[in-house]
Amino acid sequence: MQTTEEYKITDALAAFVEEWKDKPGNLIMILHKTQEEYGFIPRTIAIELGRMLDVPLAKIYGVITFYHFFKLEKPGKNQIAVCMGTACYLKGGEDLIKELENLLSIGVNSTTEDGQFSLEAVRCIGCCGLAPVLTVNGEVYGKLSTDDLPAVVAKYTE
Amino acid sequence: MEMVNIKLNGKPLQVKAGTSILKAALTDEIKIPALCAHDDLDAWAACGLCVCKVEGSPKMVRACATEVVEGQNYITHDPELQEIRTTVLEMILSNHPQECLTCGRSNTCELQSLAGDFGIREIPYEMDIKDIEADKSTPSIVLDPRKCVSCGRCALVCQQLQNVWALEFLERGHKTRIAPAGGVLLNESPCIKCGQCSAHCPVGAIYEKDETRKFLAAVRDESKHVSVQIAPAVRVALGEAFGMEPGTLVTGKIYAALRKLGADSVFDTNFSADLTIMEEGSELVHRIKNGGILPQITSCCPAWTDYMEKYANDMIPHFSTAKSPMMMQGVMTKTYYADQIGTKAKDIYTVAIMPCTAKKYEITRDDNMWASGEQDMDLVLTTRELARMIKAAGICFDCLEEEDADSPIGAYSGAGTIFGVTGGVMEAAVRTAYKLVTDNELEDLNVHAVRGMAGVRKGVVDFAGTDIKVAVAHGMAHVEEILNEVREAKAKGEEPPYHFIEVMACRGGCIAGGGQPYNTNDTVRAQRVAGLYNDDEKSVTRRSHDNPEIAKIYKDFLGAPMSHKSHELLHTKYQERPIYSK
Repeated sequence: MQTTEEYKITDALAAFVEEWKDKPGNLIMILHKTQEEYGFIPRTIAIELGRMLDVPLAKIYGVITFYHFFKLEKPGKNQIAVCMGTACYLKGGEDLIKELENLLSIGVNSTTEDGQFSLEAVRCIGCCGLAPVLTVNGEVYGKLSTDDLPAVVAKYTE
Repeated sequence: MEMVNIKLNGKPLQVKAGTSILKAALTDEIKIPALCAHDDLDAWAACGLCVCKVEGSPKMVRACATEVVEGQNYITHDPELQEIRTTVLEMILSNHPQECLTCGRSNTCELQSLAGDFGIREIPYEMDIKDIEADKSTPSIVLDPRKCVSCGRCALVCQQLQNVWALEFLERGHKTRIAPAGGVLLNESPCIKCGQCSAHCPVGAIYEKDETRKFLAAVRDESKHVSVQIAPAVRVALGEAFGMEPGTLVTGKIYAALRKLGADSVFDTNFSADLTIMEEGSELVHRIKNGGILPQITSCCPAWTDYMEKYANDMIPHFSTAKSPMMMQGVMTKTYYADQIGTKAKDIYTVAIMPCTAKKYEITRDDNMWASGEQDMDLVLTTRELARMIKAAGICFDCLEEEDADSPIGAYSGAGTIFGVTGGVMEAAVRTAYKLVTDNELEDLNVHAVRGMAGVRKGVVDFAGTDIKVAVAHGMAHVEEILNEVREAKAKGEEPPYHFIEVMACRGGCIAGGGQPYNTNDTVRAQRVAGLYNDDEKSVTRRSHDNPEIAKIYKDFLGAPMSHKSHELLHTKYQERPIYSK
């Protein structure tokens, strides 16, 4: 995993912090920007942000573990999001997850060892007519059965 | 003071404006159950047990977080409330391991007591226990998140009172857990081992590491001479475990109990508190007279030392190099005393009874803790552990005849005993430094400027025409105010604002340390403080330099304060440590 990778504050993030530094409610905004920059919240960046904002690291982790939106680990190159909204759930969304866990040999909310795929369950993505549905890197695949999944994964396998 | 007229269960009552329903009820001896509320902390309505009714309102309120309103009638107890509270308890218990018999809080657990009082015999909900391993990484405390009831006291203590931020609520909903940031262990976090979390936890989710078996093994080992010392604050708190009032002075009974438990010699940390004053006081005078770095800052609290090394390591040059009294006692036992009884350091097993969990960490904090050639202090037990050992040994504590400490490192002055209370180290130092600077004795030995419970206290002591400026802080969250004054003066190139600063990590000082008996609040603190000042008042000598055994140890062994030998054995160094080691 890339958790030991070194990350530096990007210029865009530094500018953003400078802009928001003294405004109330800045932490959540800055964390959003951080995730936008790195795809997740690297620990080294969280420590550095704590220093820049004079906020304890514990508080930052309180926030980023409270909201599901924030990721603590680097997501895969291809991000598979399986919808768990009511319609998709009833139409077999959970079976899709189980099959993908099998195909990728990982659990839900984790990333393959080669960093190629990450798998997560998400709330309703707003196309219930296509249930059950999943997205890969934002591209929508609908009316799926578990038999369709190897082809979907293959499309993104290098 | 504005007063409010209310009714509690129909009975008129007058209380101060701004009082919570919970505290108003207590003034009339009505106890509303609560697991999260604590006198030291802001109420934040987490546990839900204190729900009450307001007459005429359909809504129930949390008594801990609701201020009384003029004219209202509050219902604190009725059959419906009892049923609701029972349900809340049953739900809490459905997330709580049923391991009372082997739990660190068995017999002292607030949840166990409530379950008993409410007669809970079965839990009608599916059991859902978190599957998280206990964190035993620090030498001081154990964090067992499975037993956590999410009351939040530990996080509030760690953040608000101590400003350490080692603990925080992570995740949400039924996954919520108390842990250091980002999956690191407590020992890799900013934790300063003060143990205030363990003293405030209502259940067994955080507790002191029990090491009583090491003591029992040592006293059974014929080849070891077991030497025990007791800290100042233990003598005014241990009695609480045996039904005595907080503040009851039980020094002589503790000496007797330790001998019954198998100690070969019983000494008193108060002796080495006097020794600390000789060294630290001389160091202060040396700094003042020779243009040394001022202010000097006390170093006897290991939680404060750990905090400084992590959060305020620009203060290292200000730190007194004198070791804590406990460490001084350890090294004197394994050198000076070993010589006296004709034995070697390796054949002595040193034990300290401390009000503190950080002391368990201190004994191996760096190489300087092996000054005798062996590990100077072998074992630290908290007041709570000693209470358990006395009970397990079947000793009737109340019946014990008072005994004296052993000689030659057992006698103490009143200055030594007040080390256990905030301001006490400062007061003891002033009594001796005055003599060292002016060659006269201080007239009024009660240095009122440094007494009291305000988080920060500042004062000036007149040293025969020279103003000595002092400051005292207790409760780790209060220290930055003083340190910032020092930093500002330094940045501006001004005179330092103080000559001497005393810091203790715990509110009230060691009398309310993380290893003391449970249920400590400001009322209990005041009683324990009074106990120590009383011990000081009735002491034959009240100045460290008047302690005859101190004079003897310098004459026979150490030479003089700050001598080469003193430096080798009684002084130490400090180092920068990262806030997170991972």
